[in-house]
Amino acid sequence: MGTQVAELARRSIKRTLRQPAQVVPTITFPLFLLAINAGGLDAATNLPGFPTDSYLTFALAVTFIQSGIFAVLNGGADLARDIETGFLDRLALTPMSGLALVAGQLAGVIALGLINALVYLLVGLAAGAGFAAGLSGALVLLALAVLITFAFGCIGVFAAFKFGDGEAVQGLFPVLFVFLFLSSMALPRPLIEQDWFRTIATLNPVSYLIEGIRSLYIDGFDGEALALAFGNAAVIAVIFLLLAVTGLRGRLVRT
Amino acid sequence: MSHEHPASIEIEGLVKEFKKGPRAVDGIDLRVDPGEIYGFLGPNGAGKSTTVLMLTTLLPPDEGTARVAGYEVRRDGARVRENIGAALQEAALDPFLTAREHMRLQTALHGLPKAERRKRGDSLIERVGLGDAADRKVGGYSGGMKRRLDLALALVHGPRILFLDEPTTGLDIQSRTALWEEVAHLARDEGVTVFLTTQYLEEADALANRVGIIDHGRIVAEGTPESLKAEIGEPSVEAVPSDPERRGDVARVLERFGSGDGECPHAIDQSIAVRLKGGDASLVDVVRALDREGIEVAHLQLHAPTLDDVFLAKTGRTLEGSGQSDAQAPAPADPREPAASGAATA
Repeated sequence: MGTQVAELARRSIKRTLRQPAQVVPTITFPLFLLAINAGGLDAATNLPGFPTDSYLTFALAVTFIQSGIFAVLNGGADLARDIETGFLDRLALTPMSGLALVAGQLAGVIALGLINALVYLLVGLAAGAGFAAGLSGALVLLALAVLITFAFGCIGVFAAFKFGDGEAVQGLFPVLFVFLFLSSMALPRPLIEQDWFRTIATLNPVSYLIEGIRSLYIDGFDGEALALAFGNAAVIAVIFLLLAVTGLRGRLVRT
Repeated sequence: MSHEHPASIEIEGLVKEFKKGPRAVDGIDLRVDPGEIYGFLGPNGAGKSTTVLMLTTLLPPDEGTARVAGYEVRRDGARVRENIGAALQEAALDPFLTAREHMRLQTALHGLPKAERRKRGDSLIERVGLGDAADRKVGGYSGGMKRRLDLALALVHGPRILFLDEPTTGLDIQSRTALWEEVAHLARDEGVTVFLTTQYLEEADALANRVGIIDHGRIVAEGTPESLKAEIGEPSVEAVPSDPERRGDVARVLERFGSGDGECPHAIDQSIAVRLKGGDASLVDVVRALDREGIEVAHLQLHAPTLDDVFLAKTGRTLEGSGQSDAQAPAPADPREPAASGAATA
């Protein structure tokens, strides 16, 4: 099992890093949106109760979630392609374990998520963003980013097994962006004026992922925010990992 | 019928029926002996790939039994897979990996000892003539190179039985010939049993020790290519009149030399063809008769019976054209997906 996971992970990482179309947008697109938001919404920092005077520092957390959304596409689309091309059948004819396939598949997603997280962290610091949690906080940030990427990657793997179709996986992209926009990405929840929006943002687990990362940038170590972020990411990961394994049983049919 | 040796593949009453569709495989019986190349010939939609998927444990049969390498496919799937290699309909490769990386993955997943993996992979890559391209990404390979790598990957664990599902579809003649040689070598020199599906008559004719012809999920004929052609017996003559307006006259003349089993001369593009009841010798009489009628002929050819003639005799259709008629019934891309309606794909 260990060898199988290692070899499938190796393949997944190589395949991911050999596709510039998968790597480059996941780094540049969130940074591009960050630049626009940091420039255009800086006046929001003047709102009473806004937690920082730098919108760049405030908005940096969103890049990590956008990276997670790309993880859905990358992990899911690659697996869907394996199903469509029959590569999964090739693997099914070996003594490969289904769990090794899922774990290996997610390795490439996690590797890319880690690279992205390092880039966002360094770009943010280079652009003058504050980072209240210090060096140990940076390690916590990377761990949380990896967990978020893993959780979103599980959504992609589940979708690939469920639909077996790359286009269906791509179709999740706008849906997940709706979750992002209906979160506390642009403003802290207490400052959202519309009740319905604030309610949705409060119910939306993406808000807690963002707020956990944001707390490391702005507040240092906020135990509650971090617990909610790690907890929500873990719940998403567990739910979709279980769904993915169930989907795997239907897709990896062997007598 | 008793057999001295246990069969490599033994099927009785195998059935697969898809939701809302006809029986893709409708009660197949067959036996393939060790070291034999068995050609499974049929048009698109006949049930070839569905049969292969069941025999390779990737699709559970609905009825019947199938034993591969002595193991029942439904009960002993893992043991079946240990003994088989398969190159399925499309060369299923990762375009972003090299041939050597494919080998590394495949040897590891098959559980070869670490020390043997590289050696085994390299030797198979050399064997299929991809040594110079071993470190190039597969996305840049030609169709023939992909098929050769596909075959090499199927051989990683030294299988006793090899399933090849339309291995040369879309290949140029050189690539096709190279693959035929490799398959023949595997059976002849290494005793590997090969179950080969194809829609190419010449492929079955050139490679297979025995051929099973499948149509609409049923085997309609089985035997050696020679015995099947001998069943048909007479050769056919094909004539193309210089003046296309006189095709009717040609048909009337040829009808007199027809085999008399109710078969009329039939048109193929510009030509008229009929099976000769008098065999090769009556060709001279055909020429004289056409001359007497004053019909100038642009092309006249005698054809020995082919497997297409066998298919025509058994199904009333030519193999070349029957894929198109099947195409009118929508078929799922993957036989394991439920068909919307119509036949499952082969």
